[in-house]
Amino acid sequence: MAAKKFIPQPPPKKKDRGPLSDLDKITLREIKTCATDVHGEIEKLGKPELKFPDRSLRNARYDKKDGYFVMGRSRVERTLSVNTVKSFAQTLKMMSLSKELIDADDFATKREAYYVSKNWDEAKFDEQPESDATMDDIEALFSLEGVMREHLRFKADEHGGKVAGELIVLDRDRESGRQLRIDCTGFGSGAYSIPSSVEQLGFETKAKCILVIETIGMFERLSQHNYWKSAHCILIGTAGVPTRATRRFVRKLSDSHKLPVFAFNDCDPYAFSNIYRTLKVGSGNAVHLNQFFCVPNAHFLGVTPQDILDYDLPTHGLKDVDVKRAQDMLKNDPFFQAHKEWQKAIDMMLKSGQRAEQQALAKHGLNFVIDEYLPRKMKEISKFLP
Amino acid sequence: MSKKTEQQGLFAAGGDAKHNGSEAKLAKEPKGPKVKSDTGGVTAEAMGQRQREISVSEFFTKNRHLLGFDSPRKALLTAVKEAVDNSLDACEEGRILPDLKVSIKRLDGQDDKFTMTVEDNGPGIVKAQVPNVFGRLLYGSKFHRLRQSRGQQGIGISAAGMYGLLTTGNPVRVRSKPGKRSVPLYFEIRIDSSKNRPIWTDKEIDWEKDHGTEVAIDLEGEYRRGQKSVEEFLKLMAVANPHVQLHYTDPDGNVTEYQRATSELPKEVEEIKPHPHGVELGILIKMLQDTECKTIGESLQDDFSRVGPSVAKEICGLAGIKPDTNPRRLATEHVVKLKKAIDATKIMAPPLSCIAPIGEDLIITGLKKEVEADFYLATSRKPVVYRGRPFAIECGIAYGKPGDTLEMTAEGKIVEVAVKKPNEEALMGAADEPIRLIRFANRVPLIFQQAACAITKAVIGTNWKNYGLQQPRGALPIGPMVVFVHIASVWVPFTSESKEAIAGYDEILDELRLGLMECGRKLGTHVRKGKKLANEFKKRNYIETYIPHVVVALKDILKFDDKTAQSALANLTTVLEKSRKL
Repeated sequence: MAAKKFIPQPPPKKKDRGPLSDLDKITLREIKTCATDVHGEIEKLGKPELKFPDRSLRNARYDKKDGYFVMGRSRVERTLSVNTVKSFAQTLKMMSLSKELIDADDFATKREAYYVSKNWDEAKFDEQPESDATMDDIEALFSLEGVMREHLRFKADEHGGKVAGELIVLDRDRESGRQLRIDCTGFGSGAYSIPSSVEQLGFETKAKCILVIETIGMFERLSQHNYWKSAHCILIGTAGVPTRATRRFVRKLSDSHKLPVFAFNDCDPYAFSNIYRTLKVGSGNAVHLNQFFCVPNAHFLGVTPQDILDYDLPTHGLKDVDVKRAQDMLKNDPFFQAHKEWQKAIDMMLKSGQRAEQQALAKHGLNFVIDEYLPRKMKEISKFLP
Repeated sequence: MSKKTEQQGLFAAGGDAKHNGSEAKLAKEPKGPKVKSDTGGVTAEAMGQRQREISVSEFFTKNRHLLGFDSPRKALLTAVKEAVDNSLDACEEGRILPDLKVSIKRLDGQDDKFTMTVEDNGPGIVKAQVPNVFGRLLYGSKFHRLRQSRGQQGIGISAAGMYGLLTTGNPVRVRSKPGKRSVPLYFEIRIDSSKNRPIWTDKEIDWEKDHGTEVAIDLEGEYRRGQKSVEEFLKLMAVANPHVQLHYTDPDGNVTEYQRATSELPKEVEEIKPHPHGVELGILIKMLQDTECKTIGESLQDDFSRVGPSVAKEICGLAGIKPDTNPRRLATEHVVKLKKAIDATKIMAPPLSCIAPIGEDLIITGLKKEVEADFYLATSRKPVVYRGRPFAIECGIAYGKPGDTLEMTAEGKIVEVAVKKPNEEALMGAADEPIRLIRFANRVPLIFQQAACAITKAVIGTNWKNYGLQQPRGALPIGPMVVFVHIASVWVPFTSESKEAIAGYDEILDELRLGLMECGRKLGTHVRKGKKLANEFKKRNYIETYIPHVVVALKDILKFDDKTAQSALANLTTVLEKSRKL
């Protein structure tokens, strides 16, 4: 017998959710205000429009005092017309979905939201990047009112970073509501994984600093050899560009216990700008979020171009893209433009034409990094790059 | 008409040595030098014995392809064409609105033999001339005159008769009644091909008709519909001759009526004398031999158009010939000088009154009658001159298949026009096919040899991309379009006797180009408008796809009722469509 074809049924009615939180109320109010404005314009036989903040580095301003990228005043107007009618419809549909999620006290990952849109007939998204961009637009629109994507009930699919060290994370059991105390020293050969939403977390720690490590390989070495014990620090491995959750986690942790943050990266333009700069001051694309997600009191421990000379590290030549990126950083990135020390470091790298990886320290022995490099560096914190 | 002008007409008209053969004979002159007999070859004497006159009829019997009888299918069409041409010429010269009946029947039920009958309401033919007209090649009234007419040489209908006789053995049958009070006569005519003379019988009959002629020819043929068919020929004929009413019966008994769309006969055309610039040396020699004038000065003025006393004097002066020289006494070398002098002298263009173009309005009438399209235009160029012969180029365009098109309503909505099914002989091709080119010379459709024709070259040579059409390199443009091109002239320069293609004289190519460009410019405006509309339609469709989603999303967020949603949808549609400018 042939299998029965699945016939979609309307979802069963959910039991009434609890009272709305204040943030949910604000989010709903924003969605409704936006829709009311559009509808009002239609009733007046006018052309409705949505104004989105311009999400690009062009519209980012770096303020040393604030310590992160601030969104400028530039707005992108999207007036309903032939060219915009599709994305206009999609934006409103996405807001409608967000409202539905809040009403049902549920969430959707970015990828799930993309699949939900497949039920929107012609208005569906063809590729996930389209739905992600629409989501970012809405988030940017509402960020002016302090609403984040997480408040819109959209979650990233991305992994969180890894944590090891003298830290107890306070979380809540979803079913019982009981507080959970998660000891990050007790994961043995594993590590605590940062969840995609970190707003509800609390921290207890006696550590002196946070060490954010670019590669998981280096993170494992330091955590397995209990470097955190001797250095009294919390180790966080980001595996490349830190995700939003990781950045928020570091920020919250740093804020709650006034802990300095040290970044330990490769020595190449990508590590400087995409990884370190994003961690510290945020990115152009998420300029509307930087106030929450940046870690302004982060400093760059290494590996610096000077380290390459000081420790006689093995290097690789810069590729064309590296050179281009470095030149672009000097020319267009407000962060690097604001810091002479960085300009010097980048110039030095460009002149030598060389880059080095964290693991290059292994030339002097596998645990050279624990026994020599890091302790020596930690003695001269003032020399860290800003 | 005086004898003199007839002669002038004769000599000016023949551009081709073949036509100048006196009394329609081709003669091989005995050859001069003696062949060496010691080489074992044929002696000149032996050759001389075999050399004799060939009759034109014999010549064409062997070379029937020259007249358009090379295949059975083409033969049937050519026969119809020649008979229809003759009928129309006769009607128009008699200032009678033509009423034609054409029929094709299978001969004794055979599939490869047909009887073709064409009946007209023309002035008829007098008894003495009937056998000559239908039973003698190169006999007619048209060759000797510089006058715009369909027939030119007097070969066509008798060649058809000869072909019929050759393939079926049956004689040409003619009924003729020259006037209301004259007795209708019936003829059976055979052509004696060795003598080029008719052999006939005639008798009095009853024929209830005021005046007219009917010709019936049995011939071998092949009947097929579609392109290059009799039906297509008649349809095209109807396009260029909207004053003709034509009743057609096909071999299966189906009747098609090509309706008259105007009661306006083509303008009566005048004959002109040859223009000096169009006369070749050989003809000039012959004209001077045959002139009735006593002096060269008189001859120039009397025998040619546009030569007055001062121009005659100028020519003679340039040639170094005294104007009072007897033209018959001029040595050939002096005639050569005279010819050079003529060419070097500025002479006013010949009178253009001898040209009767169809006219822009009637071209459009004709196209509208036979070609379904949604846009028609025409251009009629002023007559000009090639080699001393006036001609005029006319172009017309029928563009766009009805049904392929969009229209904007008064409310600013764009709607698709309902599609109609095309019939078998529809002239208009599909949007992704090459355009259809229809060619005419003196209102006669040219069916064959499209590629060899100057008209085709001119159409290909026109850059249709400028007018919004696609055009592959060196080919006809692509699009749902029929291009109509007509050349009207006192002497149309065909590339062969079967009158299928126009020769590419520079003056003619130039005029063709200008005419097509003029049409193209008018077309371009229309095509661009259509493209704009199509583009707009696409965009509006797009808008209308997404507007409901905008409204549904708003409805979900704001929880308003259906009525509000309906009004929002209506408002949004109005705003988006109204705000779009065309």
